[in-house]
Amino acid sequence: MADLMKVTIDGITVEVAPGTSILNAARQIGGDIVPPAMCYYSKLEGSGGKCRTCIVKVSKGSEKDPRPMPKLVASCRTTVMDGMEVQNITSPEVLEARSGVVEMLLINHPLDCPVCDQAGECDLQNLGYEHGLQKTRYEFERRTFDRIDIGDKIQLHMNRCILCYRCVFTADQITNKRVHGILNRGDHSEISTYIQTAVDNDFSGNVIDVCPVGALTDKTFRFKNRVWFTKPVDAHRNCDHEKCNGQVTLWYKGADVLRVTARKDQFGEVESFICNTCRFEKKATSDWNIEQPTHIPDTSVIASNHYETFKPLPVIMENLALQKANQVELEKTSKF
Amino acid sequence: MESLSNKKKVLEQKPLNLAERMYLPAILKGLGTTMGHFFKKSSTIKYPEVEREFSINWRGMHSLKRDEEGRERCTACGLCALSCPAEAITMIAAERKPEEKDLYREEKYAATYEINMLRCIFCGLCEEACPKEAIYLDGPIVPSDYLRKDFIYGKDKLVEAPLEVK
Repeated sequence: MADLMKVTIDGITVEVAPGTSILNAARQIGGDIVPPAMCYYSKLEGSGGKCRTCIVKVSKGSEKDPRPMPKLVASCRTTVMDGMEVQNITSPEVLEARSGVVEMLLINHPLDCPVCDQAGECDLQNLGYEHGLQKTRYEFERRTFDRIDIGDKIQLHMNRCILCYRCVFTADQITNKRVHGILNRGDHSEISTYIQTAVDNDFSGNVIDVCPVGALTDKTFRFKNRVWFTKPVDAHRNCDHEKCNGQVTLWYKGADVLRVTARKDQFGEVESFICNTCRFEKKATSDWNIEQPTHIPDTSVIASNHYETFKPLPVIMENLALQKANQVELEKTSKF
Repeated sequence: MESLSNKKKVLEQKPLNLAERMYLPAILKGLGTTMGHFFKKSSTIKYPEVEREFSINWRGMHSLKRDEEGRERCTACGLCALSCPAEAITMIAAERKPEEKDLYREEKYAATYEINMLRCIFCGLCEEACPKEAIYLDGPIVPSDYLRKDFIYGKDKLVEAPLEVK
């Protein structure tokens, strides 16, 4: 293995292999300094570079050439150099530019979160919550598309799409036949299929999981319930499909499985792609071996009213300093 | 002996006469007080027939609103149920059919919407959470009833009547 490269992100140094992108280096550190990513997907080759939400500032190019990079760079597309210094959340410039990007992404977004099935687990919603403005400054008609039907399993809402191309890469790389893609150019580009060809493939359902917004949603779950009222549970089954390992998350409401999705990691990416049989057809508890409740970070709305660990209020928390002081006082009084 | 403070008052205890022993003066005095109230303004109202004016921040029974075209505003987004500290609200969503366009404002609507008035604490958080301005606690006092099941108010009781076109 070649020499590791030393890169410093927001003052935290990490050693990574050459060719790693800044985003992946930040993910190795983890925590708040990981730039958000709407289009980059580590499981999909060639993804990234579209949405610009992961922009960071490179304040020192490398050990050999310490000049800073002239502009903010997309961290998913920029590889690290030895001695590179990167600023993400420590740079006000980056945060301002990122909120500008979010505003641009939301220009044509219909903001129909009350209706959208993705609400509650939507990357764009989280991003808008963290970086967005309270109000839109856009005064014109939003771009709209005619609704097209791409099959009985997947619902396409083109109005919500942010053109991240993740679903196109998924169809290219995970399935062996892609029938949908981007039509037209520029502001008119849209995800579509040629002459209403239905998306029909064993792995086509994965486009639902990779979609960062509510543009591609599960038709069998459509308007069934809100995400935050359902209870996620990890489960698996022996799937016949050679490429599917049957590791999924079941979303329960009461005793009913409303939805089956692939398991997602802390960056919102699926751990492994699952086949359509697992996703759409196995919706009984008897089909699955239940493992455990899915871990949901308590910043997510899905975790509301569910407590994994008891976190007492500060007033009843253990205070070591106070306990020690009490001990000293007790010794003083009980000495004689 | 003279008292030190000179505040001591010695009560004369005369023996009661016959009228006093029959409570006549006391009864007449009491009746006088009662009669006096006949001519004063009543401090209560006859509630079910007459109602007091509510203050402007009064929170009473919920109503589900309609928009200016008479379509239901609620899209069953579930934020009221999420915010409800008493977990009094439940709903089931449904997709609007093309012919129901003038009934519901958006493509999703609440097929059933139920509030358990026994659980509700009238805190008004549902009103605050609603992104569609669909629910308001602007109704009267929730009426009493005999059976628990009658306190679960469905859409028949909650949705406000459509505006009459004149």
